[in-house]
Amino acid sequence: MLDVLEGFIQELRTAGLPVSLTENLDAMEAVQHIPMEDREAFKYALAATLVKSHAHWKAFETVFEVYFSLRRPAPGDEADLENDVDAGNLQLDESGAAGAGAMDSLSPEELAEMLYRALLNADEATLKALARQAVTRFAGMEPGRPVGGTYYLYRTLRNLDLDGVLERLMEASKEQAGGELTSLEERLERDEYQERIAQLRQEIEAEIRRRLVADRGPEAMARTLRKPLPEDVDFMHASRDEMAQLRRTIQPLARKLAVRLARKRRHGRKGPLDFRNTMRHSLSYGGVPAEPKFRYPRPAKPEIIVVADISGSVAAFARFTLMFVYAIASQFSRVRAFVFIDGIDEVTRFFEGTEDVNQAVHRVNTEADVIWVDGHSDYGHAFQVFWEKWGREVSPKSSVILLGDARNNYHSSQAWIVKELQQRARHVYWLNPEPRSYWDTGDSIVSEYGAHCDGVYECRNLRQLERFVEQLG
Amino acid sequence: MTVTNAEPRFESVPAVREGLAGVNYLADEGIAGVVYLADRLQKPVLIEGPAGTGKTQLAKSIAELTGSRLIRLQCYEGLDESKALYEWNYKKQLLRIQVERNEDDKATWTDIEEDIFAEDFLLTRPLLEAIRATDPVVLLIDEVDRVEVETEALLLEILSDYQVSIPELGTVQATQVPLVFLTSNNTRELSEALKRRCLYLHLDYPDLAREKEIVLARVPGITENLADQIARVVRSIRQLELKKAPSVSETIDWARTLLLLGATEISEAQATETLHILLKYQSDIEKAAKELSAAAS
Ligand SMILES: Nc1ncnc2c1ncn2[C@@H]1O[C@H](COP(=O)(O)OP(=O)(O)OP(=O)(O)O)[C@@H](O)[C@H]1O
Ligand SMILES: [Mg+2]
Repeated sequence: MLDVLEGFIQELRTAGLPVSLTENLDAMEAVQHIPMEDREAFKYALAATLVKSHAHWKAFETVFEVYFSLRRPAPGDEADLENDVDAGNLQLDESGAAGAGAMDSLSPEELAEMLYRALLNADEATLKALARQAVTRFAGMEPGRPVGGTYYLYRTLRNLDLDGVLERLMEASKEQAGGELTSLEERLERDEYQERIAQLRQEIEAEIRRRLVADRGPEAMARTLRKPLPEDVDFMHASRDEMAQLRRTIQPLARKLAVRLARKRRHGRKGPLDFRNTMRHSLSYGGVPAEPKFRYPRPAKPEIIVVADISGSVAAFARFTLMFVYAIASQFSRVRAFVFIDGIDEVTRFFEGTEDVNQAVHRVNTEADVIWVDGHSDYGHAFQVFWEKWGREVSPKSSVILLGDARNNYHSSQAWIVKELQQRARHVYWLNPEPRSYWDTGDSIVSEYGAHCDGVYECRNLRQLERFVEQLG
Repeated sequence: MTVTNAEPRFESVPAVREGLAGVNYLADEGIAGVVYLADRLQKPVLIEGPAGTGKTQLAKSIAELTGSRLIRLQCYEGLDESKALYEWNYKKQLLRIQVERNEDDKATWTDIEEDIFAEDFLLTRPLLEAIRATDPVVLLIDEVDRVEVETEALLLEILSDYQVSIPELGTVQATQVPLVFLTSNNTRELSEALKRRCLYLHLDYPDLAREKEIVLARVPGITENLADQIARVVRSIRQLELKKAPSVSETIDWARTLLLLGATEISEAQATETLHILLKYQSDIEKAAKELSAAAS
């Protein structure tokens, strides 16, 4: 047990979780107290000693599944699955699960019917057994084959036609209600069946993972599953799931930052002596000004002007930055946003008067007028139009943030505009979502612009974005 | 001296869970597991999670379950030692000094000093109170993220050694290890030092079955069927991308309202009309209203 734990903690560290020595010791003590058979309690107890930030939960869970999934006794069967695993047997024993023994001989139609019934009745035991059976039948797993879990998952799911099953379940609900469901009823029913199907999917994924771990060993498996922590996910290469995850992370992150900024403003340096206030307080000391009071300077909130390239490759980055900046808009006197590809448009109006930043960002992507000639980034032209139309509105109160990879498709740079901006504005910053090593390669001319900025920052993930925004406030 | 607790408070994880259910707190395996572990390892629990998910209530319910007195330190910006730990009662001290001067001219300053920095002049605040208690107590340090990072340091000694050092008196050591809960709404990152000393529990929104149980436990007179529907609608709303998802306490408020309105089922119209109880932002209300009445795709 303790050596499994050691490998497990090692992997957590490799995945980026900061596990200290104390925490390591706590975990070792924790496992003495909670039996592994109490699956959820065991998992949470272990997490309680090792994971001190919710953002790291997913990473923890993945590693946990890899290291401890084989140690789960099969339902209704106390024997540890490890025995089969040690024998290098990829087709894990299915005996013991409800009705599983008989499943091998079912025809595909019978199996589909059984699946439908089990989902309809939320019959968990049967669903578990079905998940195992489905993997055995459809995944086509072979020992030693260097194929990822998603491939097997795809093969298994393709054969189950879960979308079709969902529609069938919905039909059954309608029938049961006597023909029609109100739209609310329909929504709730659908949510419920989708939830059951999602659980089945998870069960299948877990089964595939178990077999892969059995085949390859936990270390190798953990290595293939290793993913960056949410704060380190690269904007430019985020998958759909990661995007959704990022969107969810932004709000709480922004809220935290807003509190910090507000505090920072309140607790700035002490200002000059506040004479009146000191005298007022001296009354309680019999007129002796024993407790000097100071005026706290309230630094003016800066105005932020964001100018963002939203062409294909960097669109996600622009989106997140806009979301983030608007999520803490209250910390600035005003936020104005401009987006461009080869043409440029002001989009502040989409954000003002709505609380829904997601919606506003969506409108930016669909309604902003950013195409001038061919829809390939032309920083020079966009900056030139910006300068002509809005340049006069940039003032010493403004911090201008330019966003993009500065890949200008070999157009003329018009870098003099950035220089002009720097003279008018309080600060001009450039945020580049590309790794620093790519800068100024190919058609990237970031240094040409950067020469006139107060700072050029690599900004590939939330961690870097947060750090930058913090120093703005 | 290190404190050792003779008796663990809970027999098993399921015992925690059942016990909590007995005082109307519905825990899952995870919550029960962490509480159980906290008792066995004698470590504080840091609870984080969205607003209104039962963080504070967990500490209260554990106190109720174990028959302990709840000592609560409510944190706020500007909280300091004199409000959290102890303070010398200087008015009383001043009086004493004057009395001693008048009574006996020969009293030296050392005598006086010894006199006035004694138990009698100590005002105990929640943390010290919890350490000195001889009856069973649960210490709740609520919303710890509100104090400044520097103030966190005040807590560290208690959290790791269950003791408080008072320069004039020496170290006060707990005679029993209290259960300690800290809650945080996550408005800032807590220090590593604090986190290292605690077990961590993230309290999220409950799943459907648990939320239904919570409604049944907290809203007397509600029917099983209505509670079930409420939990379903709330689950559905939480899946939308909202500024602020409905919390458990909002679910409970909504259940109470529907019960008052005499509802036995939730119609679309009723749901949309009462959405403002579940959701606090106008844009969220509009979005949810639209979604709930739109035919599902
Ligand atoms: N698991 C639960 N069982 C029973 N009641 C619960 C549960 N979770 C929450 N509640 C109810 O929700 C209400 C709000 O919970 P509580 O005040 O503990 O939330 P909180 O997480 O401390 O919120 P905040 O972050 O706003 O302080 C409680 O009064 C309680 O009635
Ligand atoms: Mg609370």
